[in-house]
Amino acid sequence: MRKQTIYQLNSLYRDNMKVTGYYYGKGEPAICIVGALRGNEIQQLYICSQLNKRLKELEREGCICPGKEILVVPTANLYSINVGKRFWPSDNTDINRMFPGYRLGETTQRIADGVFEAIRHFHYGIHFCSFYMSGTFLPHVRMMHTGFEDLSLAGDFGLPYTIVREPRPYDTTTLNYNWQIWETEAFSVYTSGTDQINRESAQIGVEAVLRFMAARGILRYGGGGRHKTEMLWEKDMSVVKSDCSGLFMPCVNVGDMVEEGELLAEIIDPYIGEVRKEIVSEKKGKVFFERNKPVVYSNSVVFRLV
Amino acid sequence: MIKTVASSTLPVDERLEIRKNRILPLRPAKKSKIFSVVTGTHGDELEGQYVCHRLNEILNANREKLTGIVDIYPALNPLGIDTITRGIPMFDLDMNRIFPGDVNGTMAEYLAAGIMEELSKSDFCIDIHASNIYLREIPQVRISEDTAEELLPYAKELNVDFIWVHGAATVLKSTLAHSLNSVGVPTLVVEMGVGMRITESYGEQLVEGILHLMGRLGIWQGETKEVRQPHLSDNPEEIIFVNAPASGIFLQETSHGESVCCGERIGRIVNPLDGKVLAELRSECDGLLFTIREYPVVGEGSLIARILKTGEGKK
Repeated sequence: MRKQTIYQLNSLYRDNMKVTGYYYGKGEPAICIVGALRGNEIQQLYICSQLNKRLKELEREGCICPGKEILVVPTANLYSINVGKRFWPSDNTDINRMFPGYRLGETTQRIADGVFEAIRHFHYGIHFCSFYMSGTFLPHVRMMHTGFEDLSLAGDFGLPYTIVREPRPYDTTTLNYNWQIWETEAFSVYTSGTDQINRESAQIGVEAVLRFMAARGILRYGGGGRHKTEMLWEKDMSVVKSDCSGLFMPCVNVGDMVEEGELLAEIIDPYIGEVRKEIVSEKKGKVFFERNKPVVYSNSVVFRLV
Repeated sequence: MIKTVASSTLPVDERLEIRKNRILPLRPAKKSKIFSVVTGTHGDELEGQYVCHRLNEILNANREKLTGIVDIYPALNPLGIDTITRGIPMFDLDMNRIFPGDVNGTMAEYLAAGIMEELSKSDFCIDIHASNIYLREIPQVRISEDTAEELLPYAKELNVDFIWVHGAATVLKSTLAHSLNSVGVPTLVVEMGVGMRITESYGEQLVEGILHLMGRLGIWQGETKEVRQPHLSDNPEEIIFVNAPASGIFLQETSHGESVCCGERIGRIVNPLDGKVLAELRSECDGLLFTIREYPVVGEGSLIARILKTGEGKK
């Protein structure tokens, strides 16, 4: 393992921010894994720490395939993590809306540029990221339909689901999208949780990445737990919304199978505790996404079913 | 006549309502034109509040001179304005990146769809923004190059100091202005002043421009003043960006909105801990200083100034 500062930002009063990369193996830049780009992505940071721990062991055992280089960047935004902010502390911009970056631009554009310069030439790119809606997912691979993507590769993670979606205009400045434009095969991997560490889910994420590396000839690894992957378009998922606001009391968990007509959640009046609304499943399926905030607005997405 | 155009209930005993005030002429025609003024998409941009107030004041006192309908939307993001938050609290995406909205989407997208539905009935729209809290801007209209041909003649009537025709970025396709222009409502984006503050002189300047434009569109018969001749730029090479080469405290030394000469010092970045000057920032051309850093604390890369090349530097 080689530890290297891949980008540095100097500060007036804070310690200079060093974005650290961990390299394994030598040779062609085979795969890069990026963790937290936002300050509350603690689960994503933790996953990278566990991945580094495993890769260090595997490298010692001679399991990195000859001629292959692996890079893990646990975070490019430790300044936000250390002060408990999701976005860049001084101007609230999102580094994952700044790619490919601009060397002469504003601070987060420069960070994106500096980091992207170090990671853009890898053959495969994996970003552990968080969703713009607060909630818990079943672990899955998420891909954008850009015309550059190779959906057949997603099955090599061995996760139960791959979700494909059409990019929206704001996606064009994300790391994943720009990796694809620069001809890196890019994947976003979602596990359960963001602000809190979910060890079991993190382990699923680590194993998925190791399986992918093994399938792509980067690592000799025989880990189990592989699932047959089901490919789904996000637009075909069943969205369950709350048409009233209040306190959100879920009755099911992510991963549960639910029947048509089954009670999914109750919306409670926050003053008198009465049930304002019972949210019932309109079809049979598995809970794929569940809101994890206890208060809910009307018209909020509270579940997605597959 | 105040009307709620989109609403949603909040968790505890509160309703989020996006409202407009409709000002009708004393003698409405059967098919009156609708002129809309919107602001407050970003909760930290308050310059439009003054403009909405003054327009309400002037138009209500002079309805006999009004020959069309004026809809004023002072707060597209009421929660953001009330909580001094740029975006919608508890929602990650910038509200001006979710248009045209989605009635089946999140609460914010649902509200955006309601706003779009209402604004789509307009014949013309002005979308007023301030800068953020970090930068100060002279009154200007920003136009995407793909709508420049249609919008430039209107922009020149708006009494601004500068019209900036910029490239058509994909990410901007989800703005309110792009969405409205796409459905045939000519929409001008005004940018002026600074975040979290009101610059009354800029507000008055824009109010005069809006009344002048309304006159040209046949909606207003009141007296209007001659408008300023704005600087115009449609060439990215004419815009010079000055970014901070070091982190520190920026001390401004030139006047915003004035001409600068090539080599003139715009300001310095200093370190209060040891008294050192970390950088001197100088203009690399003759030009108009149309953007200046307002918030003194800067990091490496922070935008300090934007200068429009003038004179021989202008192609």
